[in-house]
Amino acid sequence: MILQQLHMLNFKTYFDCKAVFSEHINLITGHNGAGKTNLLDAIYCLSMTKSAFANSDSNLISHGKNFFSLRADFLKNDKSNVLQYDIVDGKKNISHNKISYSKITDHIGEYPVVLITPYDTDLIRDGSEERRKFFDAIIAQTDKNYLQELIMYNKVLKQRNVLLKWIAEGNSIDNDLIDTYNHELIKKSKIISAVRSKFIEQYIPFFKSCYRHICASTEIPDIQYSSQALELNFATRFKNQTQKDIATQRTSMGIHRDDFVFNLNDKPIKQFGSQGQQKTFVLSLKLAQYEYIKHHKHLKPLLLLDDIFDKLDDERVLNLLSLIAQNTFGQVFITDARPNHNATLVNKLSGNIRIFEVTKGNIKPV
Amino acid sequence: MTYPSRLIEEAVNEISKLPGIGKKSALRLVLHLLKEDADVTHLLCRSLTDLRTNIRYCVICHNISDGEVCNICSGTHRDHSLVCVVEDIRDVMAIENTQQYNGLYHILGGAISPVQRIGPSDLNIESLCTRIQNHNEIKEIILALSTTMEGDTTAFYITKKIKEAFPHILISSIARGVPLGGELEYADEITLGRSIVTRAPYNV
Repeated sequence: MILQQLHMLNFKTYFDCKAVFSEHINLITGHNGAGKTNLLDAIYCLSMTKSAFANSDSNLISHGKNFFSLRADFLKNDKSNVLQYDIVDGKKNISHNKISYSKITDHIGEYPVVLITPYDTDLIRDGSEERRKFFDAIIAQTDKNYLQELIMYNKVLKQRNVLLKWIAEGNSIDNDLIDTYNHELIKKSKIISAVRSKFIEQYIPFFKSCYRHICASTEIPDIQYSSQALELNFATRFKNQTQKDIATQRTSMGIHRDDFVFNLNDKPIKQFGSQGQQKTFVLSLKLAQYEYIKHHKHLKPLLLLDDIFDKLDDERVLNLLSLIAQNTFGQVFITDARPNHNATLVNKLSGNIRIFEVTKGNIKPV
Repeated sequence: MTYPSRLIEEAVNEISKLPGIGKKSALRLVLHLLKEDADVTHLLCRSLTDLRTNIRYCVICHNISDGEVCNICSGTHRDHSLVCVVEDIRDVMAIENTQQYNGLYHILGGAISPVQRIGPSDLNIESLCTRIQNHNEIKEIILALSTTMEGDTTAFYITKKIKEAFPHILISSIARGVPLGGELEYADEITLGRSIVTRAPYNV
């Protein structure tokens, strides 16, 4: 899959800007605040239908304007496709070859991208919710039914929690109704945890191999999926917990409590890993995401690397660059703020490289 | 929006409370009524007042009815051993229009949803149990509820209640799957997936 051309109108720092990209490596240079990351975000938006950085769609529109429009030519399976994404008067519209999607979520997964940013280490440091979100997004791209189950689970969970509050407010307890929600949550927890567990089994080999490519040392990384729903007597324990749930007004068991534990040499990387090790770990997580999607969709996603060479030692940077140069990945977009650094990068990379310089609102090939 | 008259503003506010009608449509309706004969407005008001004061609900199935018991529940030609449970009066109309069903109905008046403050006691579930108790002829309960999470929860809850109290009653649910006359490729993935999983034997 190749992004051939991109035209941005009123998108963040770009008022009217067109760029033609290399099908292999695109190096985006420019000063801080020039808009390098915004370019990657535009590509991310076209794939995932929402920004990787902005909380709200309206923040994507250039200051003082009332709409934005992104238009891209993609080459996919040897066919060219036109994707257009715009927000006009607060209304979002995405069209594929001039046909608008009736359900925007249908677009997700059609043009996969993998974005690697300096914020990725949040995956290790933040709570379990971030990790579930990360893996759920990968599974959802290859399994639409999973997304549906997950949405339903969250709806049932919300209903049960309101019911618990209701009871705490002194309304009479209808045990049959609690049983109904218990039954639904137990059933769905088992389905979802089975999918997650099967997924992680397939994902780990990709992950370990990516880690070895970046860091050849003897460090042993691992991911453990932990879920109450996989334990014996989960259903009985869930039901026995009901009285306590009523007291605390929240559901204490189920797949919304799952976690993915990241270990390095059998120790949690959150406490014991150095910054560089953590960076290597999340880099491998993301590259494994790439490999997983490539394997399941028979399609090379776009790889977006946002300022990632910070905090990695030279050896790891070299290993990553050689991975890119070997054409393991399809089309790659790399941003970097340090011009003299670029020269070294270019020397290390071979193949079809195009270098761009971003100045306020404009992208120019160098 | 500013209106030339307080009377118009009040009328617009009242009419725009109706579902599907915004301020602009309401203003159009109000101005239309003013243009027509006064009789038109009077007739409209009277029929609405009559509707609200004289409407009755069937004491058995909670359908809208002119008498104490509705036409369906009092119909002698109908199969009194079948009761179809639906959420809403509109569902009764939809099923009646198919002309494929000859049993009775039971209207719940909604689906269980604590988020919207609707609990089992707000629905006609208790009266369904009493109905089964008092009418020995009832043999089968057909659940025809929405395929939403709330509909599924309600179906499960009712099934649990009935199974405990009346184990001899057969409980069924309407089939869910691909619409007739539709091409398979246009069916949405979730429905099609479910149809494959819950496929039925082919009858020649």
